[in-house]
Amino acid sequence: MLEACGLASLEDLFAHLPPEVRLARPLALPPGKSEYEILDYFRARGQECANGYASFLGAGAYRHFRPVLVDVVASRGEFLTAYTPYQSEISQGILTSIFEFQTMICQLTGMEAANASMYCGSTATAEAALMAARITGRSRILAARSLHPEYRQVLATMLRNLEMPIEEIAYDSASGQTDLEDLDRKLDEQTAAVILQSPSFFGIVEELDRAADLAHRKGALLIHVFTEAVALGLLEPAREADIVAGELQSFAAPPSFGGPYAGVIATKEKHVRQMPGRLVGETKDVQGNRAYCLTLSTREQHIRREKATSNICTNQALVALMATVFMTVYGKEGLRELARQNLSKAHYLASRAPLRFSGPFFNEFVTAPGPRAPEQINRELLERKIIGGLPLGPYYPELDGAMLLCVTEMNRRADMDALAEAFGS
Amino acid sequence: MIRKVRRHPVQNEPLLFEISEPGKRAWQLPPLDVPETDPAEALGEGRVRREIEGFPEVSEVEAVRHFTRLSTWNYAIDLGLYPLGSCTMKYNPRVNEAAARVEGLAWAHPYQPEPLSQGAMEIMAALEQALAEITGMDAVTLQPAAGAHGELTGILLVRAWLASQGNPRKKILVPDSAHGTNPATARMAGYAVENIRSNELGMVDLSVLAAAVNEDVAALMLTNPNTLGVFETEIVRAAEILHAKGAQLYMDGANMNALVGIARPGDFGVDVMHLNLHKTFSTPHGGGGPGSGPVAVRAHLEPFLPVPRLEKTPEGWRFQYARPQSIGRVKAFYGNFGVMVRALAYILAHGAEGLKAATMDAVLNANYIRKRLEEYYELPHRAPTMHECVFSDQRQARHGVRTMDIAKRLIDYGFHPYTVSFPLIVPGAMMIEPTETESKRELDLFIDALISIAQEAETDPELVRSAPHSTRTARVDEVTAARRPVLRWKPPQQL
Repeated sequence: MLEACGLASLEDLFAHLPPEVRLARPLALPPGKSEYEILDYFRARGQECANGYASFLGAGAYRHFRPVLVDVVASRGEFLTAYTPYQSEISQGILTSIFEFQTMICQLTGMEAANASMYCGSTATAEAALMAARITGRSRILAARSLHPEYRQVLATMLRNLEMPIEEIAYDSASGQTDLEDLDRKLDEQTAAVILQSPSFFGIVEELDRAADLAHRKGALLIHVFTEAVALGLLEPAREADIVAGELQSFAAPPSFGGPYAGVIATKEKHVRQMPGRLVGETKDVQGNRAYCLTLSTREQHIRREKATSNICTNQALVALMATVFMTVYGKEGLRELARQNLSKAHYLASRAPLRFSGPFFNEFVTAPGPRAPEQINRELLERKIIGGLPLGPYYPELDGAMLLCVTEMNRRADMDALAEAFGS
Repeated sequence: MIRKVRRHPVQNEPLLFEISEPGKRAWQLPPLDVPETDPAEALGEGRVRREIEGFPEVSEVEAVRHFTRLSTWNYAIDLGLYPLGSCTMKYNPRVNEAAARVEGLAWAHPYQPEPLSQGAMEIMAALEQALAEITGMDAVTLQPAAGAHGELTGILLVRAWLASQGNPRKKILVPDSAHGTNPATARMAGYAVENIRSNELGMVDLSVLAAAVNEDVAALMLTNPNTLGVFETEIVRAAEILHAKGAQLYMDGANMNALVGIARPGDFGVDVMHLNLHKTFSTPHGGGGPGSGPVAVRAHLEPFLPVPRLEKTPEGWRFQYARPQSIGRVKAFYGNFGVMVRALAYILAHGAEGLKAATMDAVLNANYIRKRLEEYYELPHRAPTMHECVFSDQRQARHGVRTMDIAKRLIDYGFHPYTVSFPLIVPGAMMIEPTETESKRELDLFIDALISIAQEAETDPELVRSAPHSTRTARVDEVTAARRPVLRWKPPQQL
C-alpha cells in the first residue's frame, strides 16, 4: 500500500507536518494489554465499588430489573455498530425502532410528538426551556425548587449567557408539593415557561393540570419533567402540559455511575418545529412501500448551523433502543404492574418510616428519621451491606436531617425491614 | 461487477402496534412480597390512569423476532467498511462491551458513598490522565455527553475565562469548512458567529484570520485536521494571531484519529478542545449515540471546568465541588461513564505503540484510497491527506450523476455511502474516511466499486441515478416526510 502511494515508510505520511507540531517521543502510556488483562483490570475496579449491596438510592438514577432481551437486542451488531440513520435505505431497522419509540413516548406522556432522544433528563430540561423561549418569544423561566438539584444546576449553566433569568418556585413545607400560590405570584407576562418535576425530587406527585392552567392564563408554557419513567405506568399523564422533558434511565439503562442514560422531549404537534433533536417520520419509497427517514432536519445544526434549534448531533440512540425493548417487553399490562409493585413496596417501607411530607408519592419519599443524622444511620446500614437513602441537607439546607429513599421492585422485604429497624421503628 | 454482496430474502415485519394482541405478554415479575397498595387510595382517584392507550402487547418470541428482523434492515460496521467522513466509523471491540457490563461498574449508583465508588472513580481518573497525555493538555473533564456538548462546554469555559478578565467578548470565528455544530454551539453560548473563508488549499487563510481577529473575538473554532482531511500546517501561527489579541483557539477534536501519537494539540497552541470517545476511541455509535465528549484544557482554563472534579486524597478519590470559578454543571452526574469504560479499555488494549500504529494505518488507508481514486474522481484540494479525503462529483455531474447518486449506488455494491455534500466548501463533496480498521482487501473492494460506478456514470447514468436497486427499501421520499410529518403511529380509525 505504501508503494502504491509512492511512499517509503509510514513516517513519510506525516512528512508535511511542521517539525514543531510533531510529538518527538512515544506517548507516556503503558504497553498494550490482552483481552484477559483488560477484563481483569475492570473486574478489579468493579470489586472496588459497592458490589452486592442492597440500595435505597434513587434521586434521578433508579435500579430496575433489566429484561434479558434488552441486551440481546442492543448487542446485535446491526444496532450497536451502525451510525446515525442518514441513509434511509440501509437504516430502516433503526428508523423503524425510533418511530416505535416516538410513538410509545407519546402514548406514555399524553403528548403528540416525541423526539428520538436527548443526552439525559437534565439537558432535555434545559433544552425544553430554550424551546419554550422560542415558542413564546419570552425569556423568564420559573423552576420548581423540587426539580432535581442537578437539573437546576444544568439549567443555570445553559441559560446564564442567554439573558434568560431563572426564578425558583417554593414548595409547601407540609405537603412537599409545589406551592401554586407562589407560582401564581411569580408568573408574569415575561414568563416563557414553568418547570415542574412530577414525581418531584421528593417523590411527590404534583398538581400538573392546575399548574398548567395558571401558566396558560399568563401565556406561559408548562414543562413537565420526569426522572422516574416507571411512574408513567400508573399516573395519569399531564395532557395539559406543553412540553414534557424526561429521563428514561429507568427503562433498562443500568445506573452505570450516572450514564449513559437517555433523555427525551415530547410536545404538542403545533410546537414540533421548535423541538431540538432528531425526528423520524413515516413516508414511502419510490415503489410505494412504507418507509421511515429522519425528517424536519431544517431545525438541525447540520442544515441550519447558527440558526438551528440546538447544537445537538449525537444523541443516546442505543439507550433509546433499550428503552424501546423494555417498553415492548413490559407492554400495556406489564408496565402498569411494575409501577404497582414499586408503589406498593415504597408505601410498605413508608408505613414504617417517619414521613416528612404529606403529599401523594410514587416510589420515593422523604423521611425525617429523628434524633440521629441520616449519615449516621447510613453508616450503620453499610455494615449490613445496605446503602441507605440520600441525605438531603447538602441539597436543601432546610431539610437537613432528612433523607430521600427510593424503593423499586428490586428491593426485598427483608432489606426494607432492616432499614426500618435502623430508623428505630 | 458487484463482488461484496448478493441478494437473499429479508423478512417483512409490521410495527409493534400492528402485531399487538390483547392479553399477550413478554414480561414476568415475582409475586409482590408486601401488602398491595391501592393506587387510587395512595395517589388520588383522578391521578391514576386507566390504561396506557395503544401500548403494545406481544409475546416474548414475537418481541425477539420483531427486533431481530428490524436489525437485518441495517448496515453496520460489523458488516463492512463504513466510510463516513469525519465520523470515524472504526471497529468497536467487544471486550469494551464486556468491561462496561462488569457488575460493580454497571450497577454503581452515582450517589453511592465515595468510599464504595473508588473503582469507578479510578477509571475516570485513569481516562482523564490518558487523554491529557494524548492531547498534550493540562486537565480534562469527562462530563460532556457528546461532541457538540463538549463544544458547548469548551466555549463556556472560554467565556468564563474572558469574563473573569472583565469582558466575555461578542463573537466566535468559524471557518467555512466547519461542522454545523460549531456555529450552533457558539449561539448557545451567547455568541455571534462570523464565518471565515478558507484559502485555495482548504486551510485557514492567515491574512483573513488576522483581519477578523479583534477585541470582540472570543475564540476561533478550528477542526484539525480539518474537514478536508488536511492538517492546518500554520496552526501555530494561527494560535499566535489569536493570542496576540487575547482570543482563544478552540480545537474541534472530531478528527483526532489522525493525530493520536503523532502530534498533540497542547503542543501546537490549542487552548481548549473536545474529543469524541465514540469516534477516536472506538466506542460504538449505536445508531446515533451514546457518545462522550471530554474537554481538554490548558492550565489557565482549569479553574472554570464543570463540577465536580476528581481529587486524590490520602483516603482515596473524592469529588470536589467547592470550585467558585466553575461554569457549573453541564449534565447531571459525571458524564457517560459506561462510554468512558469502553474508551479506557481501547486505550489499555492499544498502549502507546498501538495507538500510534492505528493512527498511521488510518492515514495510510485514506492515502491509498485517494491515490487509487484520483484518476476517476475530481480531487479539488490537493494538500496532503491525513485520515480522510474529499472528492467532488464534478466529472460525473457532466453526465447528470451527483454525489448522492453515487452514494446510493455504493449501497448496491454492499457498502455504506461516504459523507455526502459535506464540507460545504466542496461542491458535490464525497468525503471518505476508511479508518485503520479496514484491510487492503476491503479497501480494494470499495475502490473497485467506486471505479465501476464512475464507469456506470458514463455508460448508464440512469442506473446510478435511480440507485439503490437491491435494497428492501428503494429511494425514500424525504420531501413528503418533511412536508406532511407523520411522527407517530396511530390506529387506523384515527388517521
